[in-house]
Amino acid sequence: MEDEPFFDRILNKITEIVFYPVNIGGVDILPIVVWLIVAALFFTVYLGFLNIRGFAHAINLVRGRYSKPEDAGEVSHFQALATAVSGTVGLGNIAGVAVAITLGGPGATFWMILAGFLGMSTKLAECTLGVKYRKEHPDGTVSGGPMYYLRDGLAELGLRGLGKVLAAAFAVFCILGSLGGGNMFQANQATAQILAVTGNEGNTGLTWAIGIAFALAVGMVILGGIKSIARVTEKVVPFMAALYLLACLVVILANVEKVPGAFGDIVSGAFSPEGITGGVVGVLIVGFQRAAFSNEAGIGSASIAHSAVKTNEPSTEGHVALLEPFIDTIVICTMTALMIVISGVWEDGEGAEGVALTSSAFETVVPWFPNVLAVAVILFAFSTMISWSYYGMKATGYLFGDNQTAENVYKVVFCIFTVLGSVTALDAVLGFSDAAIFLMSVPNVIGLYILARVLRKELSQYRAKIANGEIQRVK
Amino acid sequence: MSASVIVGIDGSEPSRRAVEFALSLAESQGVGLVVAHVIPWSPYSFNTPTENEERGERKQQELRAATTQIIEPAVEVASGHSCEVTPVVRHGDPVDTLVELAGEFSATAIVVGRTGDSRVKRALFGSIPGHLVHESTIPVTVVP
Repeated sequence: MEDEPFFDRILNKITEIVFYPVNIGGVDILPIVVWLIVAALFFTVYLGFLNIRGFAHAINLVRGRYSKPEDAGEVSHFQALATAVSGTVGLGNIAGVAVAITLGGPGATFWMILAGFLGMSTKLAECTLGVKYRKEHPDGTVSGGPMYYLRDGLAELGLRGLGKVLAAAFAVFCILGSLGGGNMFQANQATAQILAVTGNEGNTGLTWAIGIAFALAVGMVILGGIKSIARVTEKVVPFMAALYLLACLVVILANVEKVPGAFGDIVSGAFSPEGITGGVVGVLIVGFQRAAFSNEAGIGSASIAHSAVKTNEPSTEGHVALLEPFIDTIVICTMTALMIVISGVWEDGEGAEGVALTSSAFETVVPWFPNVLAVAVILFAFSTMISWSYYGMKATGYLFGDNQTAENVYKVVFCIFTVLGSVTALDAVLGFSDAAIFLMSVPNVIGLYILARVLRKELSQYRAKIANGEIQRVK
Repeated sequence: MSASVIVGIDGSEPSRRAVEFALSLAESQGVGLVVAHVIPWSPYSFNTPTENEERGERKQQELRAATTQIIEPAVEVASGHSCEVTPVVRHGDPVDTLVELAGEFSATAIVVGRTGDSRVKRALFGSIPGHLVHESTIPVTVVP
């Protein structure tokens, strides 16, 4: 550890504290992952499996079946969902799945899917509350998210002091998370991908150049107010995601005879893994951890993005938000995992990890696709950075009373971390990114538990209005 | 709602002529005139978080701009005439929204100006009057 750079050492220390393993029966269990899974399981049961019961209704909301004509011109459910999804879909899906399979074997996929399914309930909870307690400013803009439901929701229950502490803690962790997972990790993986595709691995000078280029691009959007760059990214990313899924399908269809076997490996690997540290629990932890990092359920970030929607019923946005882990984890992660498993690249012993492993899986069937993937990774990374810079800015705004100077300082710091992310080693960045993002879940989930009854009342009143015809489809 | 003639406008020269034509049509039929402008908008576009946050305010700005720059000049043209004029500004797909408005106002006819789109744009996306002719269930007049 002597020759480890100073910055890496700081990051590793933070990671160690957040991911302090508790050894139970010979297996290292991470309390923070258990924390998220227990919350997801709790809300799935407490809300009576609304993640399944509300699914069809969520689709109808997104299709505009309940949108009133006078809401035209405002933020639609589809737009709120698309914005939130483009903030979450990205490297968690491409690199995270590969990391999960490298560490936990095919069985990790099974636990990722289960975690995605349970995570739908947590998203439903946090996004309903996000809209319920959002603030409308005098200029017509809106701010919402855990900061507001923690402060105002808990104050309503007579817990003003606790609410303020949790809200402030969330905002601080959100700023750290936005700099880590929402920025450094993205910059790091995008840089690695550029180096790999251009055959420049290990070129330190180039990592600085790429990092600075990224920081300039991000800076132009968030500091320079050049919205067109963000707007173009936002429009290209969905097509990239579609292209990515199409390429996954091509690889899967080219190996269609191996699909049943791959599913078999995924299920058997989930319950009786071979050669994986920690056995079943080890695989389970890996799968849950990568799923949580990918779909951010329980983290609270999506609640900030969903709060801009035009609706009088907070529950509508909660329903829409439950589609997010479905798209992110159950659809996109599963496709990626299936492709990696059937291509066999994860066990060929070449030691590829992260994006490189996913890339080599594509290469087995579509040799030129790694180049497209490189472009996709850069765009996904960039759109995630834009989203997270927004989350971090809202958190800064909350802490400093929407002070413009504070927000600008945050934006400059964000750009500096982009460069740091590009030049720092993956392990240190990945660890710190996970740590900072997972920390957000501590105050957020405490608040969700305290507000659980408020939430259930809100949701059951809404479901009753649909059942008795007070809320009707307009199309 | 009593019957009416709808004129869809965009502030262009052909659309001013469309208003004049629609006026004479409404007067000859003894019905009211609905002067409509549709601000192109889709619920299925992809936006940045900041765009979403500012959307509510932007909508109000767009409505104000459309009213002062497009609707009021058109209503001015109609001021000396006898028929009742109803101004409408909506967000949405121009063709679908005009067809919806036609239903809402029990319209007998839709009048629009010919748009000045380039050949390439027309070849790729078609023109609004062209689509309107296909979609509408009532007569459509395109004024050059």
